[in-house]
Amino acid sequence: MSLASLPFLLEIGTEEIPDWMIPAALESLRLQFEKLEIAHDSVTLDATPRRLVLRAEGLPARQADSEERALGPAKSAPPKAVAGFARKHGVAPEALTVESTPKGDYYTFVRTVAGRATLDILAETLGGIILQIGFPKTMYWTGKGGPRFIRPIRWIVALLGDDVVPFELAGVRSGAVTSGHRRLGARAIAVTIADYAERLRENYVILKAEERRNKIHKELAGVRVKPDAALVETLVYLTEHPTPIVGSFDAEFLALPEEVLVTVMRHHQKYFSVEDEHGKLAPQFVAVMNIPSDPEGFVRSGNERVLRARFNDARFFWQTDQKKSLAARLPDLAHVTFQAKLGSYLEKTERVKALVSTLGGDAHAVRAAELAKCDLTTELVKEFTELQGVVGGLYARAQGEPEPVWQAIYDHYKPESMEDAIPRNRTGQIVALADKLDTLRGCFGVGLIPTGSRDPFALRRAAQGVVKILVEGKIDIDLAPLVDDGTDGAKALAEFLQDRIRYYFKEVRGFLYDEVNAATAAGWSNLVDLEARLIRIRDLRSSPDFEPLAASFKRIRNILDQQKFTGVNATAIDEKLLQDGPERDLYDEYRRIAGQPIESVVSQLRPKVDLFFDKVLVNAPEDDVRRNRLMLLGTLLLEFSNIADFSEIVTTS
Amino acid sequence: MSSFQEIIFKLKQYWAERGCIIQEPYDVEVGAGTMCPETFLRVLGTEPYRVAYVQPSRRPADGRYGDNPNRLFKHSQLQVILKPSPDDVIEQYLASLEAIGIDLRKHDIKFEEDNWESPTLGAWGIGWQVMLDGLEITQFTYFQQCGGIDLDLVPAELTYGLERLTAFLQVRDSVYDIEWTKGFSYGDVRYRDELQYSVYNFEMADIAMLWKLFELHEGEAARLLKLYDPKAADKQRFPLLPAYDQVLKCSNIFNTLDARGAISVTERVGVIQRVRKLAVGVAQAWADQRQPAVAEVAQ
Repeated sequence: MSLASLPFLLEIGTEEIPDWMIPAALESLRLQFEKLEIAHDSVTLDATPRRLVLRAEGLPARQADSEERALGPAKSAPPKAVAGFARKHGVAPEALTVESTPKGDYYTFVRTVAGRATLDILAETLGGIILQIGFPKTMYWTGKGGPRFIRPIRWIVALLGDDVVPFELAGVRSGAVTSGHRRLGARAIAVTIADYAERLRENYVILKAEERRNKIHKELAGVRVKPDAALVETLVYLTEHPTPIVGSFDAEFLALPEEVLVTVMRHHQKYFSVEDEHGKLAPQFVAVMNIPSDPEGFVRSGNERVLRARFNDARFFWQTDQKKSLAARLPDLAHVTFQAKLGSYLEKTERVKALVSTLGGDAHAVRAAELAKCDLTTELVKEFTELQGVVGGLYARAQGEPEPVWQAIYDHYKPESMEDAIPRNRTGQIVALADKLDTLRGCFGVGLIPTGSRDPFALRRAAQGVVKILVEGKIDIDLAPLVDDGTDGAKALAEFLQDRIRYYFKEVRGFLYDEVNAATAAGWSNLVDLEARLIRIRDLRSSPDFEPLAASFKRIRNILDQQKFTGVNATAIDEKLLQDGPERDLYDEYRRIAGQPIESVVSQLRPKVDLFFDKVLVNAPEDDVRRNRLMLLGTLLLEFSNIADFSEIVTTS
Repeated sequence: MSSFQEIIFKLKQYWAERGCIIQEPYDVEVGAGTMCPETFLRVLGTEPYRVAYVQPSRRPADGRYGDNPNRLFKHSQLQVILKPSPDDVIEQYLASLEAIGIDLRKHDIKFEEDNWESPTLGAWGIGWQVMLDGLEITQFTYFQQCGGIDLDLVPAELTYGLERLTAFLQVRDSVYDIEWTKGFSYGDVRYRDELQYSVYNFEMADIAMLWKLFELHEGEAARLLKLYDPKAADKQRFPLLPAYDQVLKCSNIFNTLDARGAISVTERVGVIQRVRKLAVGVAQAWADQRQPAVAEVAQ
């Protein structure tokens, strides 16, 4: 049977899809397509803001034929039964075959079912596939109850070989007509699979993200832009024909803090900032436009004007804000809500100040905590909220606050992600810690607990920040009493923090999950201590005696659990009851190593434990002997339990 | 070069040619064109509607005493509602920019994600801010809900910032320098309002009086809503539009109190919810009012 190999093209033409959703949408499209289980060689995914495109090679024109078989009466059955079976399947008895089975020979009806045309399968399924593409937020546009997608679908190209895969979705009929660049291209362009990308190019659409990315990089080659991969991705998916242009601004704006200038350019205007040969900000920027050229300079001068207005605003705010010091703004925080149930930022500030003292913060830390939120009342932060903290730090510096104080204010929202650094000095670390802990305690206290993906107060990030600061700042304090204020929320918060601690050590630091379980079982709340123990466990692991010993510890744990044995106490071991040989040897070994670090004893201890289990019956018939043995084993387990619960270690043996 | 008023004429003409009713500004103070009944109430229900109007929009907290070149207490929006939204709505929108003299082959236009939401109105939509050479000139929204109700027909709302658009076209750095018409700048016409309203809103508005007014208007809206009876045979006569005016008054007074720094933390969320409750109440009654009364259905 011949299986012609056909190429397939699906282009979903839409209004502008948010740039950040596009890569995930393409992956989702691929997944939906592969669920069809139509054989194919390769899949290529492409997208611009106005189209999601899937191309596949090597689809069969038809699915393979299949056989359907029905077992009928036995060969020995009367002809009437055979005829009845044949009639049921609409054939003459002669058309039946006889098949041998282990139970004997039977009449069998075999029908060849022709494979369905791939075109038909696609026509039936593509509409559903498109609507299954996952997006974080969808809309309807054809009316209530209509299909939902990220933005309205305006055209669909669906071709299998030379044929249109016919279907209709949201009032749009699939076809072989695409659409070019909004202003430079034609609105309706007939395409084939072979000329699709080329026809788009003629109409000012560069289909491949890779090519748009390269175009941006190549045309930026002569300019010293601050590298910003995330911004490049945004622009790659915000344009169909990206072209960078260089603009400039008045050098007098360089008197403003670089953070403010960069934020305006980066976050508000999606411009790259430019540096001079010394790495200082240059009075230039790069905008990426969605057209090939700007011969008359309209786009450049337009963007320059917008930036000038933005910078003027920023300068105005910078100057007006400074008329009132941060300290003088403190009472104004009474008018800024932190959270409806948790009161104002003034109340939060009071709590954070107290917590800073509890954490051992000095006078600088208390001062920083007092001023940390005052920038929320400044015009600059109202305008550029992402600069909260940074602006406060800059104002504090300008207003003569000591370096540890202004730096602490500047840094106190850090770390904002797992990759972000912790505050640069101890003062900042303490303030950041207190601020985050207060948020966590407050929110958990009033029942604002994150569930699934819902975490409106970014409590995961706050908890992650707490963990990162404690570990990487080597702050040697016990977290448990800081969390536990005796409320219901406290228990949930302790669990929440433990989750984040495990996550941190596993995902960020690369410890194995059993190491993390073993170490946290011996105490989770002093993170400096926990980290030190984890490192010891990881190092121990390279010793050949460690895992067998851990396996024995697990065995001990199981035996103690089975016997419901509690009340381990080394002094309660009765030496008179010890049997000479492996049992007494193990006891002597224990006496010898007690109090020594596990690293130095693991190789001597292991053979003694092995021999004990080999030769000694723990479950002795005599009650006192059995109890004494359990006591010995329990004592051994306890000896190292301040490092880890080694029975948690997963062993290969 | 087109003057401010010529740009307005051209845009109105453009949308009139595409079947829009051209309305005059609504005569109650609003913070945005969306709040006018021509948008807020007309987007509800199954009747197609097309309307365009310029709406002076008051934002007391945005006043800058006429000092800031880009910020205004009161700016002008051209509000266009196309219900239901036509398939080529973006093409129509882009052509409207060309109608006022912007050659889009020589300018950079981008549609950047920007979904709109008004908690006070129980309304939200999906859309973009339209950027022209880096300047936001229009908010484009496909309405999804209004007054907490899923919309039957999805309208497209286009909101043009007229001062910005004109400053762009006239290449002016300050809105006060744009030419309103020959011989008159925007500043000539509007500077005194900006200064005096800033002084009033930030310094002189009588807080106790505003609270009293707020409560009076709130009370009247609530009283009317309570009287609305979905089963009444003559419910079509019921004055929901006047009730909605009372809601708009509340909203504007709230904004003024806010600018005046008179709304405390604890009050703020609560007051927004009070206005929202009224707005949603009017929207729901409005949606019901077009339905036959229950008694008629039963017959």
